[in-house]
Order: sequence, then structure tokens, then C-alpha cells
Amino acid sequence: MSRERKYAMIIDTQRCVGCSACVYACKSENNVPEGFCRDWVVSITEGRYPNLTLTNRSERCQHCEDAPCVSNCPTAASHYAGDGTVQIDRDLCTGCKACIAACPYDARYIHPGGFADKCSFCNHRIQAGMTSTACTQVCPTGTLNLVDLNSNDGKAEALLKGRQVKQDKTHAGTKPKLFWLV
Amino acid sequence: MTANTSRREFLQISSGFLATSAIVGQVPFLGYAPNAEAAPVADKIVPTTCELCFWRCGVDAHVKDGKVFKLTGQMDHPLSNGHLCPRGTGGIGLLYDPDRLRTPLIRKTDADGTQKFVEASWEEAIALIAKKYEEMTAANEADKIVFFSHGFGSSFFNRLFAAYGILNHAHPSYAQCRGAREEAFGMTFGHAVGSPEGLDIANSEYLVLIGSHLGENMHNTAVQDFSEAVSRGCKIIAVDPRFSVAASKAERWLPIKASTDLALLRAWIRILIEEELYDHEFVKANCIGLEELRAGVRDATPEATFAITGISVEDILAVGRDLGRYGSKALVHPGRHVSWYGDDTQRSRAIAILNALLGNYRMPGGLIHQTKKFGVGTPYKFTKKEGGHHYKSRFPLASQTPANEVVDETKKGNFKSWFVYGTNLVQTLGHVDDTIEAIKALDFLVVIDVLPMEITGYADVVLPEVTYLERYDDLDDRVYRRPYVALRQPAVPPLKGLNAKPGHEIAKLLAQAWKLDPGLFPPIEEYLDNRLKTVGSSLKQMSQVGVMVKEDPDIYRKPGEQLRFNTPTGKIELSSTRLKAAGFDGVPQYTSHPENPPGYLRLIYGRAPNHTFGRTSNNRFLGELLSENELWINRITALDLGLVDQEYVFLINQEGKKSSSKVRLKLTERIRPDAVYLVHGFGHTDPRLKWAFHRGVSANEMITQLTVDPIMGSTGMKNNFVTFAR
Repeated sequence: MSRERKYAMIIDTQRCVGCSACVYACKSENNVPEGFCRDWVVSITEGRYPNLTLTNRSERCQHCEDAPCVSNCPTAASHYAGDGTVQIDRDLCTGCKACIAACPYDARYIHPGGFADKCSFCNHRIQAGMTSTACTQVCPTGTLNLVDLNSNDGKAEALLKGRQVKQDKTHAGTKPKLFWLV
Repeated sequence: MTANTSRREFLQISSGFLATSAIVGQVPFLGYAPNAEAAPVADKIVPTTCELCFWRCGVDAHVKDGKVFKLTGQMDHPLSNGHLCPRGTGGIGLLYDPDRLRTPLIRKTDADGTQKFVEASWEEAIALIAKKYEEMTAANEADKIVFFSHGFGSSFFNRLFAAYGILNHAHPSYAQCRGAREEAFGMTFGHAVGSPEGLDIANSEYLVLIGSHLGENMHNTAVQDFSEAVSRGCKIIAVDPRFSVAASKAERWLPIKASTDLALLRAWIRILIEEELYDHEFVKANCIGLEELRAGVRDATPEATFAITGISVEDILAVGRDLGRYGSKALVHPGRHVSWYGDDTQRSRAIAILNALLGNYRMPGGLIHQTKKFGVGTPYKFTKKEGGHHYKSRFPLASQTPANEVVDETKKGNFKSWFVYGTNLVQTLGHVDDTIEAIKALDFLVVIDVLPMEITGYADVVLPEVTYLERYDDLDDRVYRRPYVALRQPAVPPLKGLNAKPGHEIAKLLAQAWKLDPGLFPPIEEYLDNRLKTVGSSLKQMSQVGVMVKEDPDIYRKPGEQLRFNTPTGKIELSSTRLKAAGFDGVPQYTSHPENPPGYLRLIYGRAPNHTFGRTSNNRFLGELLSENELWINRITALDLGLVDQEYVFLINQEGKKSSSKVRLKLTERIRPDAVYLVHGFGHTDPRLKWAFHRGVSANEMITQLTVDPIMGSTGMKNNFVTFAR
């Protein structure tokens, strides 16, 4: 019996140029319908000319450990997959939008097929034995990293070492699993 | 001539065209299919070469049920390394573009004088072109034909025209893009920077960017290297009127007054020399002209430079001294699109000289001299037509013919036909009215393209090409720091319902019509296979692996290695022999450029990572995230002018040219108060581009003032100024 995995994503904003390659790759990998996306890039400018900072941040479902989308789902369509990811069973989903209201990260949308949809950390790839998602694979800047926090491969530690780490809306108490290096 | 002028009207969709086009079926546009799987699994994966820009990354096309549904970066290709830029993924948006050219078109005039395109067979279209060029050749006018091209697919036409005797070629990638840089580095180091650029950015410790907006200018490997450098702690200096993404990674952003870059570069040269910070040993052994250079930049004091550029004395000194401190680990990036102000060769010369003084030549983090190809041979020989005339540029140090010079000469009647492959000259050359006037003066215009780009509307014959995902091209075997050979092969057969052909077949049809040597265009698979056999491979093998790579062990120079440069003196020329001989300054001097007329802001432009200028702006897949450009304007400037964020306005330039479409304003802190910025390539005016038509505004349309570099004809496009109309 293999150990339980716990997938997370470490996102290095220093490397990110905000090109959106991650968004396009996700859309074609996951057949995301026109007008919707499972990941997106937030671009924040602060300061006044000429003293400025700019941050580009690739965002998606946080695969929270204490996920309000799961606890608020009346049909158990949203569920923990046991590898640290949150998944949606399309057959169980009625498209009631309770999860959309519950998600602090605005990570979900209602698919034209009538069910909720969001980033799955490309679980079809993980199940096929791949170690990358479409977005981490395409990224030309090496910004995006899929890591298994329960692994002892040292990948997460190496990325985090000496870096300041930020998480989004930790006050929501959902234990999110996207880590931004700033 | 007048008959021709009235004859060549811009043809949009005439009713005749609509009526006949119904014969050809709808292109099966691959939108979202509601019943499709969440994440399809490919039946087959076909390695091929991308064509969304001109970098030529390796892509894997994932095919299911005969359709390409996904493109990913080839793992082993040295330009992609498993990754892609946004555009690379977006190739499906080109392949399944419902606006693609469907069939050959021939311009016809009815008895009542109405012009229209009629759909033609390939036989008719090819016969018409062949006959026209035979007539011109018989009348000794083959030298009145110009072949324009942009992109890798042009190789077959290069061969065709060499064999037939059409020798005039022009590429917008020269005088409208990289030409001045390549000439300047040639004058200095004896070789061009090249494409992909011979730069060891990934190992730089100090990188100065002059207007280069890496990260928005999204050449895959260059951005991979840039991010690697940033991540390793490389200090970035971004010289740019706009706070680019690269500037946001920088230790210093120097918001220079546009057009004054050369003054700043001269100040840094002066600091390196006056403060003895240059690499003495390297310069002594390899450079000539140091004393001329010293005298030539004596006036470029930090104080004088501040007055010109607006960059503080402190910043000028700090960067100059840091350059000296980092020495061979510092790099001043030569840029890529450099046709800005008309002093482009001298500005690029200043960059070349700075790099020479740093001693970074063939050092880790510095300039790289790429010399090695993978080296695929060819068993096929063909004879070039002897004795043909070749147009000689009026610019003394131009190694190619500037495209705008062809426009000028065409207006004078010195060229009578253009054969245009894959370049939308109407949206490319600046001064649109001039380009159109030249086109109207032509006797005969042939255009090959995938999409109904504006220029196809002026053509006598339009030949539709299939996309890169449906065709073979020649092998990609060019100099690179990791020499490779890569294959472009069809991922899927040409789409049904389209009567389009690959370039090699089009060239072959013309060769047959002209009865050229049948050996010129053997069957493409046989040709590629026999070429690959010269390196012990085969088409079968390459169609599976896509790419083969070697390593170049001589990228970095070895201690004590004797260097020789292909310049007139055999040395790196800090003062250029060739420039002096042609009557120009041997050492770059700064001359001022036009200033903003009152009430006008300087128009600068650049790229977005999602698009390759006008080539991709009709791509619906890419357009979903960026469907139109915005005009960046400083927030305070906009408030002063009473402009509101997100409102749509027309632009009017200093010569009274008004934009055809409106553009949305983006009020931002990220630009100097005296300049505005546009992403190039939007504002298409051809309604057959159903997605791109009038989305955003065309920067090219607003560029009516071209400041031409007297050295090699680079057409500076950044001396234009705009104001607004609601």
C-alpha cells in the first residue's frame, strides 16, 4: 500500500511574466468551453509613476484541505479524492451552485453541460502516472510546480528554501494548497 | 498606369464571391463540442515545427479522430524544451479558423467595370501566373518582379525563383525589424546576432534591456532563459518609457524619454572608458579604435545625458559602473525589432561596442557566436538561372533590399509585379497609403496566404496555402548554440472542403508550368528522406522523433584562444572602417529626433505574449484572452486631457491620419506621461477576417512618418504622435 499523496502547487511569481500560456494549455487539455477558464492570471500594479511594482499571479482552485465547496455540496459531487485534490463527480452534480457561493477563491463556474467545473490538478494526467499538469508542463518560465507535500523527494523543500511564501485568504480557514513565492 | 490604378480596387466580399463560395463547404471550425470528453486521449501524437511565430519551436500535435485537439512543447527540441508560449498552444485556432482562404481566387472585371474575385482552379491560377511571368521575362522584365516573404515556408519559392531567374527578394524582417541590429553587429564583430539570438542570457549576472520587453515579447527559449536569469538573481536594468513586465523584474527601471536611447548608451561607453572599467586585456588583444571611441564619446557626460534622456545622473553612473563591475558577466541586450528612430544602426552599434568593452564575447552570460548547423546535406542539385539582374539597394551598407525601398521604386514604376508569400505588407510596412499606392501601381500581384489578410484583397491572384499543421516544409537546419535538425510534417491531412495546397506543391506547379528541371521539386517525402539519409536518419525515423540535436563544445572561448573577426581589420571595430568609408560616423553620435507637437503623445508599440502581431489576431482561440489592443496612457495625462478609463476613442496622428477603428483606453501608471503604447497587429480592416475586423486599432495605420536610417534603410516607426477624437 503506497502512502497517501497530498498534491499542492508552488508558484514562483518572480519567474512569472503573466503570459497566460497556463490558461491556454489548460483550456485545450481539459476541453474548457469558450468563455470559461479553470485557471487565470491576476496582474496587480501598485504605486505611482515612476515608483511601481507589478505582480503577475497564476491562480486556480486551491484544492483546500478544509474545502467549503465539499462541505456545502448537497449531493457529494464535490469530494476529496484522497490525493490532496478536490474533484467533482459530474454525474452527481446538479449544477445547484452551492459550491460556487461557498468558494472564497471564485475558482468554479457552471459548465454549459449543467455541472460545476474547475481545476482538477489534471487528475487524469496524475492517474496516468504523469508528474505534471498541463499548466506546469507548458509554463515557459518554470513558474508553476506541482508538488506532493507528503513526498520525500525534496522538491517542495527546494522550491520553498529561503523564499517568502504567501497564501491567499488564509483567514477563510480553508487550508488552501496554492503557495506563491514572492 | 491609370487603367491599372482604377482596376486594382480593394476587394472585400463581393456578392459574386459570396455566391460562388457557397460551392465550397464550411470549414469545420473546432469549437467546444458539448459531448466531448473532459480530457481527450490522443490516437496519435505527431511531432512537428510551430509556425505561430518565426522562432520555430518543436510541438507535439495531439490528434484524435482526425482532429488536432492539443499542441504541447516537444521535450527534446532545444527551442521548446517541453514548454510553449501561449501562441504555440493556439495553433488549433489557425488550423480551424473558419475564415481561411478556401480556393484560388482570380480578379476579374465585368463588362460594366465591376471588379470581383472569382474562384479558380489551381490550373487556371497557376497558368495565369506562369504566363504573366513568362511574358515579363520575354520582355526582359524579370528584374521588375519582387518576391516578398516572411517565414520558413518560403524556402521552396527561393529555390523556384533562383532557378527561374527572379532574383529580387525583400523581407520585412530586415528593414522593419532586425536589419539594423544585424548590420551593426556585423560591422563591429563581423557577424550578426542571429535568430534565435546568440545570447547567453541564462548565465548573465547583469542584463541591460534597451526597450526589449522579454516576457511580453514571447520567444519561448528567450523567455525561458530570461526567467532562469531572474530566478538566479541576475540584475535586470530595463530602459523603457513603459513599465514593462521585464521592468517589473528589474533592479532599476529607467523610464527614458523615447528616442534618446543612443545618448544613454554613449554615456555608458564614456563611463567604461573614462573610469577605466572596460576589459583592458580583451580590448587590447581584440579591438581597434579605442582612442577614436574615447574622443567620439567625450561629450556624453552624465549631466549632458540627463538633459537629453531624463535619466538621473545617479542612475547613469550607477549602471555604467555596475556594467564595469560585472564585466564579462554583464550583457547589453541587442533587442530584436529595432527599426525605431532612423538612428537604428548607430544605436545598435553602441550596444555592440558596449558588449565589446565588457569583454563578454563568447563568455558565460555574454554574446555567443553561433556557427554550427546540424548539417544535413542534400543529394539534389539545381541550377540557378545565370545572368539575371538583381536590384541593388540605394543604401550603401544594406545587405538586403529594404521593403520600403521596393515600395518607393514600385511607385516610380521600377517594379511591376510582387509575389508575396505569407506577409501582410499592408499592415506591416508603416505608411499604409504609400504601400497601397505602390500596390495600385503594380501590373500584377500574387499573394499566398492562409487567411484573407488585407493584402489578399489587392491581389490579382490569391493562392491559399494550408497551415503548418497540414504540410511538410523543408528541414529546419540552422545555426544555433545547440545545433539541431527538426521536421515539419502534417499532423492531419489538409482540411476537407478547402482547396488549399502546401507551399512545396504550389512551387512545384509553377516549376512544371515553366518546364524547369523536374529534379527541382521531387516528391516531398522522397526529398526529405534522401536529405535525412545524408546524416544517417530517414523520414520514417524523424517523423517519430521530430528533432535531432548535437552539442557545440566551442560556445565559450577558451583561455588564451586567438580570436579573429570577419571585419575589414580582423578585429572588433570600436570605430567602424566600413561606416567611415561610406561617409558615416565611425563612432556613434547622437542626433535629436522630432519632439511631441503640442497636444500630441508619442506612439510607441510592442507585443503581447498572446499574439504574433497581425498574423494571429484572427485566431479565436488566442483571441479569447486578448481580442483587441488597448491604448496605454499615463493616468495623470489622461485626466488632464479629460479622457476616461476604458472609453473608446479614435486616434489622429500628427499628419492628420485618423484611425479606421476606435481603441479602448487603459489609464495606467505604467507609462511616461509623454507617450502612449499599443500592442501591434490589431485593427484589421478586411471584413473577411470576421473575428479581427475592427477589433482594436492598427498601430501600423498611425505610423505615417517613417524615419529611414541612411546607413541601411531601416524604417524607424516610433517618430509618430497621436491625439484623440471621440
